Amino acid sequence: MAAPLTLLLLVAVTVRAALFRSSLSELISERVEVVSPLTAWKRVIEGLALLDLGVSPYSGDVFHETPLTIYLFHFLVDYAEVTFMVSVAGSSVVVTYLILFQFRKQKFALEADRYPLDCLELIRSPKEMYYIPLKVAMFYLLNPFTILSCVAKSTCGLNNAIIALFILSTIKGNVLLSAIFLSLATYQSIYPLTLCAPALLYLMQRQYIPVNFRRASFWWFIVQYAFMYLGSLFVIICLSFFLLGSWDYLPSVYGFILSVPDLTPNIGLFWYFFAEMFEHFRLFFLCVFQINVFFYTIPLSIKLKEHPVFLIFMQLAVISIFKSYPTVGDISLYMAFLPVWSHLHRFLRNIFLVSCVLLACSALFPVLWHLWIYAGSANSNFYYAITLLFNVAQILLVSDYFYAFLRREHHLTYGLYLKRKDGSEATLVLK
Amino acid sequence: MGLLSDPNRRRALISLLTRLNTPICGMPVEWLMKTMQAKGLEVFTQRFSRTLPFPDENKERYMVRGTNVYGILRAPRAPRTEALVLSAPCSPGDNNNQAVGLLLGLAEYFRNQIYWAKDIIFLVNEHDLIGMQAWLEGYHHTNTTGMDWSPLQGRGGSIQAALSLELSSDIITSLDLVLEGLNGQLPNLDLANLFYAFCQKIGVLCTIQGKLQRNDWDSVSGYSHAVQTMMLMVMKQASGRPWGDHGLFLRYHIEAATIKGVNSFRQYKTDATTIGRLLEGMYRKLNNLLERLHQSYFFYLMPSLSHFVSIGYYMPAFGLLAVILLLRALDLWVQLSTPPQRTEDGVTDIEPVRGTHFKTVADLLSLLTPLVISHLTGVALYMLPIRFQEMAVEHFPVSETEAVVLTAIAVYTAGLALPHNTHRLLSGEGTEQGWRVLKLVAVLYLAVLLGCTALINFSLGFILALTLVPVAAFVTPHVPKVLSAFILVILSPACTLLFSVFFFQELQEMPISFQDGWLLFLSVISQGILDHSLYGSLVYPLITLLVYPCWLLFWNILFWN
Repeated sequence: MAAPLTLLLLVAVTVRAALFRSSLSELISERVEVVSPLTAWKRVIEGLALLDLGVSPYSGDVFHETPLTIYLFHFLVDYAEVTFMVSVAGSSVVVTYLILFQFRKQKFALEADRYPLDCLELIRSPKEMYYIPLKVAMFYLLNPFTILSCVAKSTCGLNNAIIALFILSTIKGNVLLSAIFLSLATYQSIYPLTLCAPALLYLMQRQYIPVNFRRASFWWFIVQYAFMYLGSLFVIICLSFFLLGSWDYLPSVYGFILSVPDLTPNIGLFWYFFAEMFEHFRLFFLCVFQINVFFYTIPLSIKLKEHPVFLIFMQLAVISIFKSYPTVGDISLYMAFLPVWSHLHRFLRNIFLVSCVLLACSALFPVLWHLWIYAGSANSNFYYAITLLFNVAQILLVSDYFYAFLRREHHLTYGLYLKRKDGSEATLVLK
Repeated sequence: MGLLSDPNRRRALISLLTRLNTPICGMPVEWLMKTMQAKGLEVFTQRFSRTLPFPDENKERYMVRGTNVYGILRAPRAPRTEALVLSAPCSPGDNNNQAVGLLLGLAEYFRNQIYWAKDIIFLVNEHDLIGMQAWLEGYHHTNTTGMDWSPLQGRGGSIQAALSLELSSDIITSLDLVLEGLNGQLPNLDLANLFYAFCQKIGVLCTIQGKLQRNDWDSVSGYSHAVQTMMLMVMKQASGRPWGDHGLFLRYHIEAATIKGVNSFRQYKTDATTIGRLLEGMYRKLNNLLERLHQSYFFYLMPSLSHFVSIGYYMPAFGLLAVILLLRALDLWVQLSTPPQRTEDGVTDIEPVRGTHFKTVADLLSLLTPLVISHLTGVALYMLPIRFQEMAVEHFPVSETEAVVLTAIAVYTAGLALPHNTHRLLSGEGTEQGWRVLKLVAVLYLAVLLGCTALINFSLGFILALTLVPVAAFVTPHVPKVLSAFILVILSPACTLLFSVFFFQELQEMPISFQDGWLLFLSVISQGILDHSLYGSLVYPLITLLVYPCWLLFWNILFWN
């Protein structure tokens, strides 16, 4: 496992280094699909320049990163490219390791007894699970979205690294580290807050605490985790206050994420709506759109309470699609996890359509941007149409995987080849 | 009241025109500056220089150095926020000697009117497109082509519209409108309609693509005439080169067109004053614009000046061609998803494989190798001709231009003979699944590529789709090899270009012999490469870096076994 992984890392680093040195890097760092007002490197440089001048970096509404990020780059600005490559390589190694770790835990024989005999083909053997960590690393490192995001020096790579570390510490069962990394991830952008639920479910499952509202151990564990999480969040926020000496960053970072004042086009759904909306209704629609991100946590947790790892995947996907300033770096994070569920391929119904639409939309984004902004022959409707199509394809992908997952669970419980009461073959219909 | 109803002005214009009747060697910069200043314009010049990557044999230039002269007529009572441009390229010889005279006459007339709300810039550019590119880059503070120019001292605000004049005699019989710009971009249809409306009002014959429109639409010959006119527009748009000086304005979101005066054998002749009245009318209309022209279509094809085919009519034709590719991709996907025979896949008996599982490294390699090799060949085709021209000139008795073109053709043909795949070395024969996966990838790649091309330059996308889609859909390793190889080569991008050259000459009713056609084909290739480095035309990189590798993938599939 180590040798192919090293080879993969070498290839990935070479590709990124080649692109960093070419003339394409400036072009890529200006693309709106790859950088957003929250993650653009140009804005980080602007914030650093303001900090060096002694002015608050948040004045002028240009810089929207957290204070810890500024100080990190204050020391690392000369090694920026190396930092981003290290963060990307690091997150891929972390993700590989965590999947390896998770698979080693699964005991093949223990599971085989619980399921009906004809479902043996649905259960994965260790032989085919052997290559999955490598495939995950490949999906993350060689994904063109990740490469573009890294070459543009978007701080999304750092956010992804923190989320990867959070998932690793959750899977290893370390409650304290999981809470700390989750609070770091929430501190960077608010949306990873929804990853609390799957983390709690996984840790409780690992410690054999039953998920039952009436049991005291359940509530006690939640209180412990919430205490650690809120405590570290409080510490980090106070640390940021002391680093910069003011509370300026709260409206600039969190107010910016929640109230969406900047309507630069991106691959998300917010900009077009809010550009054409009357001021009177803006607060209402803002609440609706933001609640949409957090809304799916409770129903998904109830349905997937025995499968928290899949819940993490679904939650990451929901965040990447519905957040206020998504970029392709966010998408590459949840796409990296797709090989983990390669055993669901036989139940996927729309994978061909989804991949064709995603491929076509990724190619059409720069074309329609050119036609809108430079040639003047198109307008924002064309670009938003491609954005909508892209997001619909992503939603279809995620819901398809959800369907496949549930169907596999159903087959594991009731058998693979269904028969009606009189013995004839039955078909499964999703109502 | 119109232009030159005053006899004094008429005499002044005629004297200017006769003075300009002498052939110009280089450009009379001082004379132009003095004349424009005498007419009350603010005059500025811009120097530019550029070394072409290799000598341009059509226009016989290699190291170009020149000066643009432009005079700004400031609007008397308006803020200086918007401008209109009237330009005339000044080329050596008799090519365009009357346009500059008309431009100066118009400048004098416009100076005395009070209704101008926008500044009018009268531009005389040297070395036609190169000078225009330098002026536009200087005006908009961009530098995309690496040209060396001096900054502009005077500006006029954002340019709303531009017209370029090409007149080679003072008596003309018809006016030709040229719309096609760089990368197939077209100005707003409103500009073409404006020109046509004024021609009809003044009573001047106007043509498009050099063809006069006919009144008998129902007859077969009338219909074929319209189709020929439209096919000429398609050919010109697909070439991606600007067919007049206006072509470079379109990139900056400025609606522009070129008006060419044609002196042929017709009964009714018009003189320069009528043209002047027409241009005055057009400029007064453009002066009244409150916003940029954007209400009408940007994507259209014109079978004649009074008829157009909009994007809503011609895009479904392209869409149907793309659907062929998507259906083939779906068919391949279904074929790949059906479980393989148990005898073939004896290893995994436990679960039937759905989808494309790369169980061994060899499978992945058999997909990646042709992709990498095809794209590397494309990169070689893009970079080698210009890089190696010195070496080629040393070793072979050819000029630089010939070296570039012949290197390009050599690399193109060499790509056919490359060993594209390693599976023949590794296992002796490719698997049935291998070529299906490669074909799925190639077909989807071609569909996305053609879609993006058609959105930017519809004619280029459509011509490529017409030639590549049938072949792409039907090629497999099992069709008869020699016949399919022949058809694949005939329909490859280079041969399509060769046939288009002959077809273009036929449409213009100037058929040429095979030798002349071959020489024209070579010069078209050299012009394409030059356009890319001089003005940023996208046709050459598109064909070499994307379309040619895609075609090579299909060549590879044909010779899979």
